[in-house]
Amino acid sequence: MQIPEELGPRAGRPGPNYLNALIESIGLGLIRLIADIGGVTSLGFSVFRWAVRPPYRVQNFFAQLDFVGVGSTFIVALTGTFSGMVFAYQTAGAFRIFNAESLVGPTVAITITRELSPVFSSLMVTMRAVSAMCTELGTMRVTEQIDALETMAVSPIQYLLVPRVLAGLLMVPVLVVVFDTAGMSGAYFIAVAIQGISAGTFINRTQQWLASSDFSEGLIKGAVFGLTVTLIGCYKGFNASGGAKGVGQATTQAMVAAALSIFILDYIVGVILH
Amino acid sequence: MTSKPPVIQVVDLHKSFGDNQVLRGVNLEVEEGSTLVILGGSGSGKTVLLKHLIGLLKPDRGRVLIEGEDIVPLGAEELARVRTKFGMVFQSAALFDSMTVYENVSFPLREHRKLKDPEMRRLVGEKLAVVDLSPNIEDEYPAQLSGGMRKRVGLARAIVLEPKIVLYDEPTTGLDPITTAYVDQMIIDAKRKLGVTSVVISHDIASSFKVADNVAFLSDGVIVEKGPPQKLRSSQHPKLKLFLETWFGKN
Repeated sequence: MQIPEELGPRAGRPGPNYLNALIESIGLGLIRLIADIGGVTSLGFSVFRWAVRPPYRVQNFFAQLDFVGVGSTFIVALTGTFSGMVFAYQTAGAFRIFNAESLVGPTVAITITRELSPVFSSLMVTMRAVSAMCTELGTMRVTEQIDALETMAVSPIQYLLVPRVLAGLLMVPVLVVVFDTAGMSGAYFIAVAIQGISAGTFINRTQQWLASSDFSEGLIKGAVFGLTVTLIGCYKGFNASGGAKGVGQATTQAMVAAALSIFILDYIVGVILH
Repeated sequence: MTSKPPVIQVVDLHKSFGDNQVLRGVNLEVEEGSTLVILGGSGSGKTVLLKHLIGLLKPDRGRVLIEGEDIVPLGAEELARVRTKFGMVFQSAALFDSMTVYENVSFPLREHRKLKDPEMRRLVGEKLAVVDLSPNIEDEYPAQLSGGMRKRVGLARAIVLEPKIVLYDEPTTGLDPITTAYVDQMIIDAKRKLGVTSVVISHDIASSFKVADNVAFLSDGVIVEKGPPQKLRSSQHPKLKLFLETWFGKN
């Protein structure tokens, strides 16, 4: 017997289907997130397994070091300079209120080396290099170039992914050093030349407060972020499907996931290191 | 007289993607030095079958024997060894667009043979000549070539390691009639000049009948008819009759 809906178990409950749809979409989102984390982690293990096996394609590796590292140097230096300048400007303005201008140098230095440098450097690499990696690999996937590599008995992971991921892992820490240098130069210029803080105070106080662990924290974060963002870009590009639109979607997803993972990992690594 | 064992043997091959059962027990044999065309409509599972032959897909059930060796249980490294017996020409040619024609054709040589540059140049020129291309195009990029030329460069790359088997994935799809005739001739020449065993998947009836020693018709995930082109022409299988009628009816 058919029970009329107004008398059935859903009687008097407005819009239960919306609730189902909401729960379903949250569940699906979670499943996709877990699948993606698993996929990226598994790809990471594959990359390191293939990285230690011959043949070693040194030329490909150096090409990626050049693309990820050398190619990003100018944009990272520029970002670093302006970040240091604005941070010194804002800090000097605020610290002057309670006569603490002498702390501008160490405050800027600690913030740059520990946080701004690894986060901004890896964001720049994500925007400039990882987006290009994802699009290139996605295009290779949808135009069957990756299948072609496999049919020629060449591992696409070893040929395409190993040099890219290793370049991310090694070059982001180098870019962190570039950012540190540029950032502190920018901060010095603003603090000393514009804000009138004495050069001796700026340098002495920075030396007094800045520890080598601050610097190494930035390097460790840079390596972790560099590895993660290149893995995410490679994973999304490598698994792209559905033509030009699919490649576009994969790149968008890679950019969002990489940027978010930088901020999430920044917190996690920061907590672990302290 | 003892007949040679088949170079490729497919036994009871099953493959599903989710609920979609694509292959439902395919059985197939390809003799050495012959050209087999696997004919079928769009979505009949031709590409899926082809990808099983070279180990790009693993079946749910069944065996794929290459020169008597079952490749289904093989791992990545063993599969790489088997794949050196193959060359594959893709529907879109799948040339590496960041590399020149020379770099594309010499790619398998650089990866698998330790050759000096002049020797590599000689081999690349030789293979380009087999597919009727001039060495003048060696420095051009795939984007600068026509569709037919890209296909021929794709074949030159596929045969540069002198494989025993060449697989063609819909080689004439999307080409004009003159280029189609060129590509057909290219497949015939590759077999004649190099003695390779060829497997072509296609839905192009005219081309298939021109290049094939044997044609296998794939429908609903099984091979419903197989034999020389003329035998298939007289087949009474309703789906094959309907399929062939679409072309022979008009011509």
